Amino acid sequence: MRAYLAPQPPQAISSGEADIRSEFSLTDHTGRAVTEADFAGRWQLVFFGFTHCPDICPTTLAYMASVLDLLGPQADRVAPLFITVDPVRDTVPVMAEYVSAFHPRLVGLTGTEAQVAEAAQAFRTWYERVEEETAPDGYMMAHAGHIYLMDPDGRFEAVFQERDQPPEAVAEEILMQIEKEEQQE
Amino acid sequence: MKLLVASLLTFAMPMAAQAEIIVSDPWARASVLASRPGAAYLTLTSDELDRLLEVTSPVAGHVMLHGIETDAAGVSRMVHIEGLDISPGTPVTLAPGSSHLMLMDLSRKLEEGESFPLTLVFEAAGKLTVEVPVLGPGAMGPTEERP
Repeated sequence: MRAYLAPQPPQAISSGEADIRSEFSLTDHTGRAVTEADFAGRWQLVFFGFTHCPDICPTTLAYMASVLDLLGPQADRVAPLFITVDPVRDTVPVMAEYVSAFHPRLVGLTGTEAQVAEAAQAFRTWYERVEEETAPDGYMMAHAGHIYLMDPDGRFEAVFQERDQPPEAVAEEILMQIEKEEQQE
Repeated sequence: MKLLVASLLTFAMPMAAQAEIIVSDPWARASVLASRPGAAYLTLTSDELDRLLEVTSPVAGHVMLHGIETDAAGVSRMVHIEGLDISPGTPVTLAPGSSHLMLMDLSRKLEEGESFPLTLVFEAAGKLTVEVPVLGPGAMGPTEERP
């Protein structure tokens, strides 16, 4: 009886990192229609999940919040995005209440099922609906548990999983990337 | 917390010569939304082979034990576990990102700072009730709580 969640090895790594793009047309938790262009010029930390997820999603979002806090003033250079894979239940007001519990900077993104599928395709991430009779509404969402770091042009830079390293290591990596980018300018 | 649990155990099961289970560091995350399932975590230590059979709580319609299963391809999935074996002297820890007790159909929102009773039924040790403190929605554990 499978319930949900699959932190599987990202197809990204095997199929070519250049394939992963931050491209989406979604609605943020304030009800505003947004695309990747709204976050251009900033690094993006992107996580796909859903609000009925009891463990991995709150764990990972809390972890992302720790990373943001550890970035200090450089957090302004990073857009943290939480994209739901369960848009039917995760409406704008649900996303608004949910993201505010984790970090004031966290942006919740939802949309139509087609829009979410397109966003997941651009990030080469995976999710599926799993029927589970004991779950609320009779289903759960299985999804990969990765956090993507995308560069200010929306290109793939790195992928992390919460359990692999402390938040300090991710913050350090992001600060290093920001510094490298500044030196190139 | 261990002392408290041990004394509860004594109270719950005065009979001698039964397996002794120590439940340490129980905690749950505060609910972000009342209608969402909650998650609780704890560590179980037994002095003999035992098996966790059932978990109940007055705050939840039912409680499910979830673990992680990794297949040959290295793909991990959350799975519903029917029972949890505990080997003598080897603590079993349920922790964020690996395994948890999923609290379904919550009767109310779990608020940070409160606590609720959780009853665990073991094959050998019998029934044991612990009080589970509710930490923040982003908490990672009783000792390293994150805001």
